[in-house]
Amino acid sequence: MSNIFPTLRESPSQTAGPYVHIGLTPNFLGIEGVYVEDAGASMLTPDTKGERITITGRVLDGSGAPVADAVVELWQADADGSYAGARGPHSNTQPAFSGWGRKPVDSEGTFVFETIKPGPVPGPLGKPQAPHAQLWIVARGINIGLQTRLYFADETTANADDFVLNKIADPRRRETLIARREEGAVPRYVLDIHLQGDHETVFFDV
Amino acid sequence: MSNSIHSGGEGELYSRDRAWHPPAFTPDYKTSILRSPRHALLSFRPTVSELTGPVFGDSALGPLDNDLIRNFSQDGADAIGQRLIVYGQVLDENARPVPHTLVEFWQANAGGRYRHKRESYLAPLDPNFGGCGRAITDESGYYHFRTIRPGAYPWPNGGNDWRPAHIHFSVFGHSFAQRLITQMYFEGDPMIWQCPIVGTIPDKAGIEQLIARLDRRNTVPMDALAYRFDIVLRGRRSTIFENKREGN
Repeated sequence: MSNIFPTLRESPSQTAGPYVHIGLTPNFLGIEGVYVEDAGASMLTPDTKGERITITGRVLDGSGAPVADAVVELWQADADGSYAGARGPHSNTQPAFSGWGRKPVDSEGTFVFETIKPGPVPGPLGKPQAPHAQLWIVARGINIGLQTRLYFADETTANADDFVLNKIADPRRRETLIARREEGAVPRYVLDIHLQGDHETVFFDV
Repeated sequence: MSNSIHSGGEGELYSRDRAWHPPAFTPDYKTSILRSPRHALLSFRPTVSELTGPVFGDSALGPLDNDLIRNFSQDGADAIGQRLIVYGQVLDENARPVPHTLVEFWQANAGGRYRHKRESYLAPLDPNFGGCGRAITDESGYYHFRTIRPGAYPWPNGGNDWRPAHIHFSVFGHSFAQRLITQMYFEGDPMIWQCPIVGTIPDKAGIEQLIARLDRRNTVPMDALAYRFDIVLRGRRSTIFENKREGN
C-alpha cells in the first residue's frame, strides 16, 4: 500500500516578509490590473443569510506598536454552523457565503472583516462548540503563521462550555480570544491580536 | 469495536513538527524579537473548523495570473530579466498530490526591488513588472508560472545582510490548518547560506527542501530556464490503525 504512511516532511515555513501585501493583496497596495479583486476581499453576497457583523481589531507587537505589514485571514462557518463545501474545480458558481476572508492591516495595524455571525459547529463527541472564527496571522518577523480563534462576548453560556476555551487554565488568557460587542446598525466585534506581552493572544498548534 | 485495517480513510492531521520549522523567536532575524509569542502554543484535536478550508475554482483566475512577465505589462513589453519557468507539485506528507489548491507567489524584480511604497532600495522599478501571480494546481497537484529571476538585495537587519534571490509562496491545501507560507531559493546560490532568514530553519535538510532545482529538460529552448520546486503540506493519518466504534 502506498500513500498511507508519511514519507515526506512538510516544507519548512518562512516569514511572509515585509511585502506580503504584494503577493496577497496587490490591489490594496496599488498594484492594480493584475487581479480584478484581491482574493478574500469580500465575504458577503446578496444571498448570504445571517446577522451582518463587523469583526475588527489591531495586530500589535510586544511593545504595543502596530504590525503594519500583517495580513489576517479568517475562516468561519455560515449562520447555520456549516462550512462552505468543496466546489467543483471548474465551477463558475460562488457559494452564498464563502466563509473565508483575507484583510491587509492598515498603518495602524487595523483589520476589518464585513461578515456574518457564525453558527455553532460540532466539536468532540458531537457536542457543539461555541460560535467562533478561525484566524491566521502572517507578517514580517513571524516565522510561521499564527493560528488562533475569535469568540463572541455575547455567547456567555456557549463560551463557558467550549472545549477549546476550557483548555486555557488562566481566565485572563482566555479573554484574549473573546471579542467584545459594540452595538450599532451593524454590530462590531472588536479583538486586538497581541503577538507578545502582558496581553499575549493564545495561539494554537493544531 | 471493530479494528479496521483496510479502510485507509482520512484521519487526523499529522501534528506539525515544530522542530523542523523555524521557532518563533530567532534573534539573528531581529524583527522576530518583538513579534514572537512567548507562551506555549495551545494544542487540541483538530475539529471541523481546522479540517475544512476555503476552496477556489479555477474560474477565479485570469489568463495572465501565472505570467509575471506579462501580467503587469504597461505598454505590451515584457518584464526585464532572465526568463524562467517555475513549476512543481504540491504534495502532502503521504506523498499524495494536492489537486485544485491555490498557490500564490510574489517576488522582487530582476534588480532586487519590490514594488512597494515602503521599499527604498536604490535598484530601479521595472514599469512592466508587478511581482505577484497565482495558479491553481491541476488534478495531479502541479502548478506552473512564468517569471524573471529575482535579484538579491540588501536589507536592514545586521550591518550588511543580503537576501538571496527568492520567491515567496503561499499555499492553502484543503484544511485551514495546512495553511503555509514559505520561500523558494535557487540551486547553487551561495547567498542562501549567509541569510539570517534562511538561518531560522534549524535543519540543513529543511533548508535544502526549499531550494528549487534547475531542470534542463523543461527548459524552453531559446527562451526560458526551468526550475522545479515541490511543496509539501501537512498530511492526514490513515485510519487503518484506529479502533473505531461501530456506527461511528
